[in-house]
Amino acid sequence: MTDFSTDSATRPHESGRDSRVTQWLVSLPPTLFLLVFFLAPALIMLVASFQYPGEFGGLAPLFIDGQANLSLETYRFFFSDLIYAEIFLRSFLVAAATTLICLILAYPLALTIAHSPKRHRDLLVLLVILPFASNFLIRIYAWIILLGPANLLYTPFAVIAGMVYVHLPFMILPLYTNLEKHDPALLEAAQDLGAGAWTRFWRVTFPLSLPGIWSGTALVFIPVLGMFAIPELLGGTGDILIGNLIKEQFLDNRDWPLGSTLSLLLTLAVLLLAGFSAWAGRTRRRLA
Amino acid sequence: MAILEIRNVTRRFGNLKAVDDVSLSIEAGEFFTLLGPSGCGKTTLLRMIAGFDEPDQGALFLEGRPLAGIPPEKRPVHTVFQSYALFPHMSVAQNIAFPLRMAGKDEDEIRRRLKETLELVHLSDKAQHFPHELSGGQKQRVALARGLINKPRLLLLDEPLGALDAKLREQMEGELIALQREVGITFVFVTHSQQEALALSHRIAVMNEGRIEQVDRPEQIYGYPKNRFVADFIGTINLLPVEVCEATHGHLRLAVAGLGEIIAPALAGVKAGERGMFALRPEQVRVSARHEAQELHNHYHGKVRDYLYLGDVTVYKVELDNGVLLEALLANSAPGRAKFFEIGDTLGVGWRHDSGVYLRD
Ligand SMILES: Nc1ncnc2c1ncn2[C@@H]1O[C@H](COP(=O)(O)OP(=O)(O)O)[C@@H](O)[C@H]1O
Ligand SMILES: [Mg+2]
Repeated sequence: MTDFSTDSATRPHESGRDSRVTQWLVSLPPTLFLLVFFLAPALIMLVASFQYPGEFGGLAPLFIDGQANLSLETYRFFFSDLIYAEIFLRSFLVAAATTLICLILAYPLALTIAHSPKRHRDLLVLLVILPFASNFLIRIYAWIILLGPANLLYTPFAVIAGMVYVHLPFMILPLYTNLEKHDPALLEAAQDLGAGAWTRFWRVTFPLSLPGIWSGTALVFIPVLGMFAIPELLGGTGDILIGNLIKEQFLDNRDWPLGSTLSLLLTLAVLLLAGFSAWAGRTRRRLA
Repeated sequence: MAILEIRNVTRRFGNLKAVDDVSLSIEAGEFFTLLGPSGCGKTTLLRMIAGFDEPDQGALFLEGRPLAGIPPEKRPVHTVFQSYALFPHMSVAQNIAFPLRMAGKDEDEIRRRLKETLELVHLSDKAQHFPHELSGGQKQRVALARGLINKPRLLLLDEPLGALDAKLREQMEGELIALQREVGITFVFVTHSQQEALALSHRIAVMNEGRIEQVDRPEQIYGYPKNRFVADFIGTINLLPVEVCEATHGHLRLAVAGLGEIIAPALAGVKAGERGMFALRPEQVRVSARHEAQELHNHYHGKVRDYLYLGDVTVYKVELDNGVLLEALLANSAPGRAKFFEIGDTLGVGWRHDSGVYLRD
C-alpha cells in the first residue's frame, strides 16, 4: 500500500519544472484569448455603463474640459421603474422553465442512447446534433408555420416551445456524456443488494449524473437568458425578455450606457445564481 | 439439507455451452469454491445463482425453494464483485449500510449493525471516507462488509482477490477464512487460482469448459485427482502413460513404456489391460545420491537435467536412464538435503508403492 503512494508522490517532482512550463505554454493562448475577448469587453461595458450616450449613438466622451463626464443615470433609471425588474424576473422564469423541460425531455433520451448498443450510439448522437446543420432562423420560421394555424403563435407557450427546441441538444449531450461513463456494475451491485429499478435510478444513476445535469443546466439556462431572436419571432409584445431589452438599447434606442448596465446586471445575476448553487451543493454534500 | 441445490443446469450462448449440465449441492456454512481456468463458465454459473441470468435447462433451489423467476433484488444472495463496484458517491458507511436501507431496517438497527460490521472488517476509522480515498485492500473489505451486513443466505465472491498484489492477497486470504468462520455465512467463491482454492475452501468444484470435473475436499482434489484435467490443473504433477498389468484389492501393477513395471495404489473398477496415466506429485518423488533409494519398490537412476531454486524448495528435472522426465521437489531445510545437486549429477530416483494415482483416460 505504502509503496504505491510514495511512488506516485515522487514522480511529479522528477519532471515537475518541465511539465509546469509546458502546461503554462499550452494554456497561455486560451488564457490570453479569454483575457482579451472576455475580460476586456466586460471592463469596457463597466465603464460604458457610467457614461452618457453619444448624440448620434455610441458614447459621449469620458472627459470634457478635463472633467470626468460620468453619472449613475442608467442605474437610477433601472431601479426607478419596476418594468425592468419584471422583465428580469420573467426572463429568469422562462430560462428556468426551459431548463426544467429540457432536463425532463433530455434525461430519458440520454439514458436510452447511453444504454443502446455501442455501435448505434454515435449515430444517435449525430441525430441529436443534426438540426444544427440547418440555419437557426429557418428553424424558427418553421415553428411560425407550425404554430400559426394552431393559434399558438405570439404566446408565452410559443416562446418556451422554441427555446426548448433550440436548446435541447445542449442538455442531451452533457447528460449523455456523463451517463455513458457510468459503470454498469454499480447498477448490478445495487440490484444484487436489494434495490428495485426505481431505487436504483434515484440512489445510483441520478446522483452520479448530477455533474452532467449541472453542465446541461448551465448550457441551457444562460443562453436562454440572453436569447432575443426567439421571443421576437415567436413571442407577443408582452413576452420580451432581457435579451430583447439589451438588443433594443444598442440597435434601436442607441442608448449604449443603458444597454451596458443591463448586460452587466444580467451577468451579475447569473454569477450570483451560480455562486449560490455551488454553495448550496457543497452544504448539501456536507450534511449528507 | 443443502442450502443451494443446482440441478442439471445448462446455459448456452449461441453454440457455446458456457455451463453444461452442472449439478452441485452446497451445504449451509460451507466455504465452497468453483475453480477453473478463465472462460470455463464460473461467472456464468454465479450469475445464475445471483439471478442476473437464468438457466436454459435445469433448475436452482435455495433452501429447497426454486429460484426460477425471482429477480436478483429479491434473492437473499449477495455478491462481492471482482471490481468491488463500490458506490463512488457514498461514504464507506453509506456503502456498507446500503443493503440494510434497501431492506427497510430502522435507523437504530442500521447504526448498531454498521458499527459491528465496521469492526468486523477493521474499518471503523474509515467510515466517513469515500471509496476513492481507500487502498485496494480496504476497498475489498468494504465490498465484503457490504455483502455480509444483511446476513444473506449465500455470499457469492467472483475472483475477489484478483486485483490485489501477492502480499495483500495472502493477507486477505487469512482474513477471508477468519471472517467466514466468524459470521457462519455460506460462501460460494470463484477463482482460477488453485493455490487460493486449496488454501480457503472446505470443498472445491473443479470446472472445465462448462462442466464439473470433480467435487471434493482440497486434500482429496490434490491427492486423488479424478482425471487428467484435474491432476494437471491443480499444482504440478508428473504424468506417465501406462498400461494396467494387474489390478488387485491391494495394488495395481502398471507397465510404463521403457521403465518396466511399477506398483501403484489400488483403484476401484480398474481392469487389467486398460490404458491410462500414472500421476505422481513432485514432492512424492525421492531423489538421493546414487544407490540410496534402493529400499523403495519403484526405484530408478537418472541425471539432473535442470533445476529451479525457489528458496524453500528446489525443483529438479530428472531424466531417467530410459528418457522419461520426472520432476522432483526437495525441501531445502530437510536434514541431509541441504546440498544441491548440480546439472549432470547422477541420482537415485524412487517413490513409495502407495504414492501416486492411476488416472483412466
Ligand atoms: N453474455 C454472454 N454472451 C456470450 N457469451 C458469453 C456471455 N457471457 C459469457 N460468455 C462466454 O461464456 C464462457 C464462460 O464465461 P465466464 O462464465 O465468464 O467464464 P469464467 O468466469 O470462468 O472466466 C466464455 O467463453 C464467455 O466468452
Ligand atoms: Mg469470471
